[in-house]
Amino acid sequence: MATASAAVRRDWLVGYTMVAPVVLGSLAFVVLPLGMVVWYSLHEWNVLANTFTFVGAENYQRMASDPGLTDALLATVWFSVGLVVVNIALALLLAVLLNQKLPGTTTFRTFFFSPVVVSLVAWTIVWSFLLQADGGINGFLSVLGVEGPNWLRHPTTAMIAVIIVQVFKNVGLNMILFLAALQGVPEELQEAARLDGAGAWRRFRSITLPLISPTILLVSIITIVGSLEVFAQIDVLTGGGPGNSTTVLVYYLYQQAFRFNEFGYASALAVLLFVIVLVLTLFQWQSRKRWVFHEV
Amino acid sequence: MSAQHNRARRTAGTAAVLGAALALSACAGGSDAPVGDPETPSEPVDLRMTVWTADETQLALFQSIADAYVAENPELVSSVKFETIPFEDYTTALTTQLAGGNAPDLAWIFESNAPEFVSSGALVDLRPVLEGTEDYAFDDLVPSALTLWEDGEGLYAYPFSNSPFAMFVNTDQIEEAGQPNPVDLVADGKWTFDAARDIAAAAAEKSGEQGLVVRDFEYQSWENLATVWSGWQAAPWSADGTQCTFTEPAMVDAMTWFHDAVFTDAAMPEPGTTADFFAGDAAMTITQISRASALDDSFHWDVVPLPEGPAGKQNVVGQAGVGVFAAGEHPDVAADFLAYFTNAENAGQLAAYFPPPRQSLLNGESLADANPKLTAGQLEAVVVEGVEDAVTKPAHKNFAKLSETVRAELDALWVEDADVEAVLADTCAAVTPLLED
Repeated sequence: MATASAAVRRDWLVGYTMVAPVVLGSLAFVVLPLGMVVWYSLHEWNVLANTFTFVGAENYQRMASDPGLTDALLATVWFSVGLVVVNIALALLLAVLLNQKLPGTTTFRTFFFSPVVVSLVAWTIVWSFLLQADGGINGFLSVLGVEGPNWLRHPTTAMIAVIIVQVFKNVGLNMILFLAALQGVPEELQEAARLDGAGAWRRFRSITLPLISPTILLVSIITIVGSLEVFAQIDVLTGGGPGNSTTVLVYYLYQQAFRFNEFGYASALAVLLFVIVLVLTLFQWQSRKRWVFHEV
Repeated sequence: MSAQHNRARRTAGTAAVLGAALALSACAGGSDAPVGDPETPSEPVDLRMTVWTADETQLALFQSIADAYVAENPELVSSVKFETIPFEDYTTALTTQLAGGNAPDLAWIFESNAPEFVSSGALVDLRPVLEGTEDYAFDDLVPSALTLWEDGEGLYAYPFSNSPFAMFVNTDQIEEAGQPNPVDLVADGKWTFDAARDIAAAAAEKSGEQGLVVRDFEYQSWENLATVWSGWQAAPWSADGTQCTFTEPAMVDAMTWFHDAVFTDAAMPEPGTTADFFAGDAAMTITQISRASALDDSFHWDVVPLPEGPAGKQNVVGQAGVGVFAAGEHPDVAADFLAYFTNAENAGQLAAYFPPPRQSLLNGESLADANPKLTAGQLEAVVVEGVEDAVTKPAHKNFAKLSETVRAELDALWVEDADVEAVLADTCAAVTPLLED
């Protein structure tokens, strides 16, 4: 017994030693910052005046009557819905197209994936020039006889522009994930369905989609959470404008903290963002039981 | 597992970005008490000063002055380091340093932020040190240049740069369009905003480039329009900063003029169109005289004062101050260094790039020695006269919020069919609570 007990203790020691770096890292870089942000959110912190005053739930009460926050949440919903729908649909479409055994598919895969590895800010700056009134996009449209809008100066087109820039930046990553999933769909099932007279759409809906549903879950979680964290694109392309039409929650948080020196209120907004991300992710995770065919 | 892991990482990232930026160590006490003669520290200290210039020549000049100070005061200072923070994010980065408990000893400060920094107690009162420094010649400082940086009897920063706004003109483009030379119009007393608009429109039509560019405005940094609306004697808010004046007739007229110049007369680039005068993309630009260094010999150019508006001529200067942070580790030593850095002799050297607030140096000959691109006559007309009776761009103790709010409201003005009066009324409605805050 003593020998077995020592062996168990040794196993525990080895196990804890192995996971210690991750546990310590998580404590230092996840739990501690989260706790600090919550603590800051209970204070009014004036950096210039060097004051740090406990105000309790005042920052959270302020949220309830902040019209700027309402606008920011609405803009966030618009952006997230637009990005998630377009990104996932386009990624799946590209993956299906590039999953064919046709010449040139490797080149196209590389073409669509390459923006993923480009610097986000550099990518956005290039697009900011393309989207100007006299930029490349409108130049191309004029060749087709179409007068393009001033993309970044109208509330609707500005949001569309930001979404498009973000879609093209990251659609390649989702496409690759979908491609990997599609290549895991057994060909025998497709063949059997084909012999039974199922058409392409029926096979896709009844065989392919259920079998890649775990990947759809993964991609949707990544994309939704990512959409809630958009910042650099907004900052470079629109600065939150025109008006406040593209001021999403993270950009609003940034403004409060680093432009207006409202660090306490910004911390409360960060807590709100955390709760939103947590709730959405938990909701997606729970909903998988109804639509994810199997888990990998 | 992948989804969970990814979620955790992203969530952690969100929190960590803010958490790291909001580091805990910002609670060191500050004081707006005046600094005095520095006591000799137990060992020489290192000073750090943040600046937004990355110009190596300018930085070399700063360092040479600092090195001379270190040589004269080895018991006080072992080194002075000049840390460049990019212009676009300067104030944000500076306040982040303050939040992180990493306050520099000295910093450049934008005029727009002056009231906020001065009234907050972030800076120490420099007046006793500057007045008490031998050979400083404090009385030589132009009183109007100090106003923005004063609070009661205290002086919380030294306005090291007083760069007037002027109009640079591409005489090649103007001549090609058959338009009168602005220099001649100045001489004839006919140099008005209307004349500038007409010349710009004609030049733009002829060249296919742009006409008049208010540099750095770009339909975002609206405060740069002060160089235009000052000709109407308009201002965004009252002098005491409590009343919105965007709806005053002078401002409505000025903004209507500007709107029409853009959308009706095609004298200025529309939103979303970039045009760099210094690259030859525009016939004229309103900018600070210090930008002359960006000119090369690719086209003929001249520089003239700002045009007259309906209310006459109004000079506008862009100011920048340098202050000492109360939260810095060595405010006494930092203030002593600042007194050396800006004394009469060193101000003469700094005048090469930054028109000083010293009366004795504000003359064409002194400035021409350090500005090879401009003649003494140009400097006399634009800089010397430009500093006198000049107004600064808008500033307010709540400027950060005001700036963003006004920007968002004025976005509605930058469309062809905008109702100028209605937009300005909306702007006042939005900013009034912030002015009263």
